Amino acid sequence: MIIKYTLQRLLMLIPVSLSISVVIFLVVHLLPGDPIDNLMRVGSSPEDRLAMTVKYGLDRTLVEQYLLWIRSILSGDFGEAIVLRRPVSALIWQNLPYSLTLGALAFAFSSIVGMIAGTVSAVAKNPVVEQVVKAFILLGSTVPSFWLALLMILLFSVTLGWFPVSGAKTWTALVLPVLTIGFGGIALVARVTRVALVEIARQDFVTLLHAKGLSRSTILFRHLLPHAFLPVVTILALRIGWILGGAVTVEFVFGRPGLGSLLIRALGQRDYPVVQGCLLMLALAVMLGTLIGDVAQAALDPRVREATT
Amino acid sequence: MSTILKVEALRVAIGALTPLSSVSFSLEKGETLGLVGESGSGKSLTAMAIMGLLPLIGGRITGGSVVFDGSDLTALPEPAYRKLRGGRIGLITQNPMTSLDPLKKVGSQIDVVARLHLGLDKSAARNRTVELLGELRIPEPASIYHLYPHQLSGGMKQRIVIAMALAADPDLLIADEPTTALDVTVQAQIIRLLSDLIRDRGLSMVLITHDMSVVAQACDKVVVMYAGTAVEYGTVAAIFDDPRHPYTKALIGCIPRGLAGAQRLKGIEGTVPSVAHYPQGCRFHPRCPRAEAICAAVSPPFIASRDGAAACHFAGAVG
Repeated sequence: MIIKYTLQRLLMLIPVSLSISVVIFLVVHLLPGDPIDNLMRVGSSPEDRLAMTVKYGLDRTLVEQYLLWIRSILSGDFGEAIVLRRPVSALIWQNLPYSLTLGALAFAFSSIVGMIAGTVSAVAKNPVVEQVVKAFILLGSTVPSFWLALLMILLFSVTLGWFPVSGAKTWTALVLPVLTIGFGGIALVARVTRVALVEIARQDFVTLLHAKGLSRSTILFRHLLPHAFLPVVTILALRIGWILGGAVTVEFVFGRPGLGSLLIRALGQRDYPVVQGCLLMLALAVMLGTLIGDVAQAALDPRVREATT
Repeated sequence: MSTILKVEALRVAIGALTPLSSVSFSLEKGETLGLVGESGSGKSLTAMAIMGLLPLIGGRITGGSVVFDGSDLTALPEPAYRKLRGGRIGLITQNPMTSLDPLKKVGSQIDVVARLHLGLDKSAARNRTVELLGELRIPEPASIYHLYPHQLSGGMKQRIVIAMALAADPDLLIADEPTTALDVTVQAQIIRLLSDLIRDRGLSMVLITHDMSVVAQACDKVVVMYAGTAVEYGTVAAIFDDPRHPYTKALIGCIPRGLAGAQRLKGIEGTVPSVAHYPQGCRFHPRCPRAEAICAAVSPPFIASRDGAAACHFAGAVG
């Protein structure tokens, strides 16, 4: 049942991706400037420029260029990077693992710590604990990640010297970027978990669970948390795309390789095929995130399962 | 006959308020006692107090005693209380629509009681549950076992809730308005089912309701409650034949009789006062047709009558 539903949703990705590709293509080509500017040496003639333009097909109509791009996607190489002069697919494969590692760690870190913090603040009868977690949640949801990144570099790298300022040579270089991206996520997940738990604890069936003689911890772990998990899963799924988006600035600030760094550099050089390839990857990640969230929702909640499958 | 439950001068506080005071009654083995009154009279609070679940709603017992099978529950530590809940005292709640965990199969929600209190393993608990569902007149119990709550009707869900309460063979059932949320046709079935269970299994039951006709049908004894306190108690026969408290009389007057439309339905003027505004003296006096000056000043004592007693200054008077 769930498998059939997942396959249906995957098929739906094809038309959605196509329409997104049109938007990406148009936005990229509407940007002022073009990649040829970056290829010209001082003293090049207008003839050289024209030759370059023709070589990369930039003299053709937009429709032709779009169709050529789609053909290159279908053939698997995503076209040739104009400035970097390599297949875009090779550039993406080279950078993707860095982004995936960072994203996965930040995701796991913010989910786990966030759920624990949310649960503690909902269950603790201690007003101090509650206020501390609440303050942390407020801070985490309002501090922008690029600023937090600079602050972390200043404290942990420059002053204390615990972690490298930038790069990706050792695992320690991952710590600060993961903390930076994860921080906002913790706050979000903690808040959603907390609200859900407080809401569920008020429901009638919880009274009856107590009346059956179940212990508080059994009720929390077997009944309340699975319910709190439903909204959390939705939020987490939406965050998969958000984390990759957040990684764009954080990768740049920390000088890490990755899709984000590749995208920012390619944007500066107006390297159309690279920008398009990266944006398409990010869009795909967002769509897959939503899909995973919906499928997880159906797997966890029999009511949703019945309605969707 | 021996006493299974004896509640004496029970007093419950929530924060600075005292929504429940001077509630007393006793229940013998095999009997059904009805707790009757309008919404806000403290019936459900009494149930929560007996179950030891007041902390869930921020309440606590501040006076009196609840003696179950010889031991006082007000002093019982939580782990021992947990063995009692679901094990020896079963609770049936008001709204079956929200009383079950929507994410768990109904069968497993019943199993857990027998596993917890009787120490049964998974398959033994499951066989027991299927058997119990059959006993509760649920068709095809083996397939119902695997359904989720949202796939069942209200009446079915209430049977599941009853099965949860019965799963560990308790001695006492507390049924808090078990039929209020159900269709009229289903209400009668559930009441009959409960009455049969009490008789066949030798159970005792505290049946909370606002419906005097349910009391007449299912109970042996009655406690009438008003604004957080007991106003009259007695046998069903005594209460219906010779009600002494004006509130009891009014409640009985609310039962529709004869052909529908033949006569205007009666009600009781006014509403139950809220906890913060309980009146001085007799709490019913602002709505009482019989009230005199003394009612507003002095809280009435219980005056015994044949098979019962009523807290009214005029309970001894004829009429």
